[in-house]
Amino acid sequence: MNASAAGLLPDVSGHFGRYGGRFVPEALIAALDQLDAAYRHAMADEAFQAEFGRLLRDYAGVPSMLYRADRFSAAAGARIFLKREDLNHTGAHKVRNVLGQALLTKRMGKTRVIAETGAGQHGVATATAAALFDLECVVYMGEVDTERQALNVARMQMLGATVIPVKTGSRTLKDAINEALRDWVSSVDSTHYLLGTAAGPHPFPGMVRDFVRGIGVEARQQCLDQTGALPDAVAACVGGGSNAIGIFHAFVGDESVRLYGFEGGGEGVTTDRHSARFSGGSPGVLHGARTYVLQDEDGQTVESYSISAGLDYPSVGPEHAWLHETGRARYLPVTDAEAMDAFQLLCRTEGIIPAIESAHGLGGALAIAPALAEELGREPTIIVNLSGRGDKDVETAGSYFGILGK
Amino acid sequence: MSISEVFEKARAEGRAVSVGCMPAGFPTVEGSIAAMIAMAEAGIDVIEVELPYSDPVMDGPVIQRASEIALAGGVRTKDTLRAIEAVARTGVPVVLMTYWNPIERYGVDAFARDFAAAGGAGLVTPDLIPDEAQEWLAASDAHQLDRTFLVSPSSTDERLAMTVAHCRGFVYATAVMGVTGARETTSTAAPALVARVRAVSDIPVGVGLGVRDGAQAAEVGSFADGVIVGSALVRCVLDAPDEAAGLASLRALSADLARGVRAVKR
Repeated sequence: MNASAAGLLPDVSGHFGRYGGRFVPEALIAALDQLDAAYRHAMADEAFQAEFGRLLRDYAGVPSMLYRADRFSAAAGARIFLKREDLNHTGAHKVRNVLGQALLTKRMGKTRVIAETGAGQHGVATATAAALFDLECVVYMGEVDTERQALNVARMQMLGATVIPVKTGSRTLKDAINEALRDWVSSVDSTHYLLGTAAGPHPFPGMVRDFVRGIGVEARQQCLDQTGALPDAVAACVGGGSNAIGIFHAFVGDESVRLYGFEGGGEGVTTDRHSARFSGGSPGVLHGARTYVLQDEDGQTVESYSISAGLDYPSVGPEHAWLHETGRARYLPVTDAEAMDAFQLLCRTEGIIPAIESAHGLGGALAIAPALAEELGREPTIIVNLSGRGDKDVETAGSYFGILGK
Repeated sequence: MSISEVFEKARAEGRAVSVGCMPAGFPTVEGSIAAMIAMAEAGIDVIEVELPYSDPVMDGPVIQRASEIALAGGVRTKDTLRAIEAVARTGVPVVLMTYWNPIERYGVDAFARDFAAAGGAGLVTPDLIPDEAQEWLAASDAHQLDRTFLVSPSSTDERLAMTVAHCRGFVYATAVMGVTGARETTSTAAPALVARVRAVSDIPVGVGLGVRDGAQAAEVGSFADGVIVGSALVRCVLDAPDEAAGLASLRALSADLARGVRAVKR
């Protein structure tokens, strides 16, 4: 199991056990090979690492703080620490990944980036990096998401990106990915597909993880510095899975640290309106990798649902499928209602408005705290990855709580 | 007649093979069977059935739309097998173009068994590369099915040779870097790609992506062994006011394509 922790996974062909790999048109293989080579070369290049580190520190505001949320903890019955990725430039953990990939884009001599976005966070982050690095930027976004995340569409446009609403299929994130892949097949010579999560074909899952794994490295050291011990549990929401794998990865080798991924439980996993791949899905192939997928008996993708656009995705990164299968991490659904309760609790106890995605991590922490306390016979320490801030979700939350009219 | 025999016969006649595609279940299961039989009767040599899939990343807007219509109509994998059986019964060779997940979900060996029993000749797998195809290699051997993987202008020599070595029946050369859809002009990259395949194998080479009429089929048929046409045929049905008009339009284009591949002596 520690193969993952030691950075030995994925293997050379991009597999995490039976998950991962490359299920893409042959036309993309050369580009994936080029990306893999550029990434491996860059990771071994001190100048690249120094530049990436400088950008994270001076531009993105990394390392983010680890904050002990005392009032939220009192309500939770656990000592809750928040990894404040919401304070990064662009308001989410995703800036780490886009800066890494934008540097690689330059390194490969490409002049254009394309991206998919659900909530808009990755689109905004990509548009930001494209502006910084003088790259042409096209963002594909499901038409449904452009409507529920209109502010982020405006942000991307302000940053100089072209936003293309995707009108096919379910008109959400999965269809935006399809459209980005179609673009990439046609434009691969000049274009890098700046994939927004630790999913897709090899090398994306391992590469994106490596660009965001600083979240966990920092949190682990910060926790040791602040408490003198490792946490009992690490919690994160899981859409595609980059914030979760980013905070999990440094802890995978610490067997005493429980890893919890919280998926979009929507209206409940017994209904057909959720995004819980590990509760309601099964192994399958989607968007370039073998992983867990929400699918019907025929292998057709089933449309996912979550109040959070960023979790509304029927597939998940293959390393999470591996961590699930090996039992190293547990994946549990958190319903819209549980997430929104946690959202409100954090607002009222800590003065922090979280992204609704991150609120699923908070809601999950609240749910597991009592059993964990009982198991340990003491107050547990839980780090929650506060992966993004809630500015973009004010309208959704406002209408949910009846503060804003719909 | 097997796929290999179709290509051998066409080679003997000094012409290319026409391959016509249609999603099963579009606009209905029965309608798609009628469409494919009409294509074959009008002279299309090989019918390539496409299994409708929710996330067809290699397909352009026309086939996406047709697949959406088929899925909205409730088409199931077993309906696709039924369509294959009905079309194969007329004697025309049938291959299936399918994204990988529906096959994996069905069970790779089980699908190969049932597909062979339905009279299908082989699979074209746009998102499955030989590197990930261990199960399919075994199942296709066990059930004596052809395997068509794709090669691309961007494939390295090494990958191209490896991919071609894993094909049986024919290899699919994607003429353009892009998704399916009829185009104004055929690709300049295609002849070079076909030549690269010929340098490593004598397996028949089918060229697809972009052919829309007999004239283009003739052009592609002058250097390729097979001319694969999808979106232009699907559009005949998509744009027709009713089923009869769609079939008439489909027969006319099929006949034009059949003439096209015979217009050039190789």
